Amino acid sequence: MSTHANKGTLRIIVVAAVMVLLLAWAQGDLRFIGIGPWDAYFVRILNLAAINTILALSLNLVNGFTGQFSLGHAGFMAVGAYTTSLLVMTPQMKKVVFFMEPMFEPLDRICIPFLPALLVGGVVSCVFGILVGIPALRLKGDYLAIATLGFAEIIRLILQNVRRLTNGALGLKGIPQVVNLWWTFGAGVAVFLFIRGFVRSSFGRALIAIRDNETAAELMGIDVFKHKLLAFAISSFVTGIGGGLMASLLTTIDPAMFKFPLTFQILLTVVLGGMGSLSGSVIAAFIVTFMTEFLRVVDEPLQLGAYTIHVPGLRMVIFSALLVIVVVFYPRGLMGNKELTWESLSSPVSRLLRRRVAS
Amino acid sequence: MLELRDLRVSYGAIEAVKGLSLSVPKGKIVALVGANGAGKSTTLRAISGLIKAKSGKILFEGKDITNWPAQKVVRLGISMVPEGRRVFPDLTVYENLLLGAFTRTDKAAIARDLEAVYQLFPRLKERRGQLAGTLSGGEQQMLAVGRALMSDPVLLMMDEPSLGLAPVLVQEIFALIKRINESGKTILLIEQNARAALELCDYAYVLETGVVALEGPGKELLRDDRVRKVYLGEQ
Ligand SMILES: Nc1ncnc2c1ncn2[C@@H]1O[C@H](COP(=O)(O)OP(=O)(O)OP(=O)(O)O)[C@@H](O)[C@H]1O
Ligand SMILES: [Mg+2]
Repeated sequence: MSTHANKGTLRIIVVAAVMVLLLAWAQGDLRFIGIGPWDAYFVRILNLAAINTILALSLNLVNGFTGQFSLGHAGFMAVGAYTTSLLVMTPQMKKVVFFMEPMFEPLDRICIPFLPALLVGGVVSCVFGILVGIPALRLKGDYLAIATLGFAEIIRLILQNVRRLTNGALGLKGIPQVVNLWWTFGAGVAVFLFIRGFVRSSFGRALIAIRDNETAAELMGIDVFKHKLLAFAISSFVTGIGGGLMASLLTTIDPAMFKFPLTFQILLTVVLGGMGSLSGSVIAAFIVTFMTEFLRVVDEPLQLGAYTIHVPGLRMVIFSALLVIVVVFYPRGLMGNKELTWESLSSPVSRLLRRRVAS
Repeated sequence: MLELRDLRVSYGAIEAVKGLSLSVPKGKIVALVGANGAGKSTTLRAISGLIKAKSGKILFEGKDITNWPAQKVVRLGISMVPEGRRVFPDLTVYENLLLGAFTRTDKAAIARDLEAVYQLFPRLKERRGQLAGTLSGGEQQMLAVGRALMSDPVLLMMDEPSLGLAPVLVQEIFALIKRINESGKTILLIEQNARAALELCDYAYVLETGVVALEGPGKELLRDDRVRKVYLGEQ
């Protein structure tokens, strides 16, 4: 028993150490021994992948584990992104950016460090989540989908029109780029562990029960509304954090970024990884992020002898086709609702080894 | 222990229960029998708080619990085996049973009751790590009963526990209900299998289109001409 536990602890320590070394290498923190950093474009994609992981995990908590259908992720991201950005931008930068109409006082003078700003972004997003969730989750049926879709649209309209708060359609520029791999992967791991702990608790078991059969869950004495609302509030908080990280990574944001296709992409990621599988969401977020980036090549004009082929949007076509193929072979996503475990990882490897030894 | 007074329940314009009065004394087995659509399940749903009563009263140990939400009713010690099994398919047998004890906090007592359920259904113990959705129909029914017992109820309501079970298992489940009752739990039972239910119960109500048509001790109803003709299919 204790050797078993030791083995588990050892594994975690080894994985964590390897991850820290890789991140340090990629980020350029090992320059003093003459290695790193990695290619800036590649590092940027890694950052995006980590943030997309956070977003997929938070959507999976509601759509995968609780069986509710939220379509408002872009809205909660926007709330987190704008809140965080407006709090970390320097007063000088705000003056420059808000050149059409000056910003509201006293917000134009407020400037706080990134971490508290990020957390405030999460909390504000969470408050919106609760406000949307209370009426929508009380009713049975897919009211949440409608309510969250409407919410995301309203948020976008507010961002576009309340110019003295958000600078309207021009968006925000000059957001300090605080995040690096440490931030994004740190937050990613924290979110993963937090949500995993949550779904493994008796609370998480109750969420799955609600998804499986709401009436029977009620008969067990589960307060269905309270559980759904808590899951949704946590999801909104985490999504807001994801939005804040995204804003700081990109340094510019505008309302048009937060349209429905953004939600759709995260939804696809969750479906691809498997509804109800956290490790599936992580894997899918990395696959989707890297694929969308690498497929950018096909959107460039392609020189074939005397001909130039240029099909703008071809990237999305190929991407969608690949997704369709995956869904045909894995109708429940790559992982279904199972989790990646050491056993599932090591068994094909050990089988291969055994075969080698045998022959 | 439980008393219904002139209970009325409707689904929109359809009135399913039309002024039902009955009582379930402590420690007894009371059966509700009647044709399909007579309002038996609706009555249990109203008691357990899944649907609201239009009028009338539901009293539990003298307390008016009419239209209490389900999660409060469970905490009073009323638990229900719903119609059509309804286990949680994506959770294991063990996790299903733990959810049955969702309202309880005393870990030692929960562990004790879990052992008792496993003893009642050795099959569930063998399969405790299996996903409930992959159990056979009969095993799911055992799980639904075991899960209801895990809340340590004083009143156990069962909606057609023998539905879809093989004849051998039907007998087993009736023997089991008897045993559960002897262990001190009061039982309100719905059964299509009228003969077995009337033989087992202390008292029975025959429902017809939402009202009580007949009532009496089970053995007496078994001798009643009308019951024999309509519900037992005798000539
Ligand atoms: N959700 C619902 N919406 C509308 N009508 C309903 C609903 N549930 C039940 N009914 C109707 O209420 C009446 C009583 O139904 P109920 O389920 O209580 O019958 P039952 O006595 O349990 O029958 P069975 O023996 O077939 O289970 C039926 O006429 C049924 O059609
Ligand atoms: Mg019924």
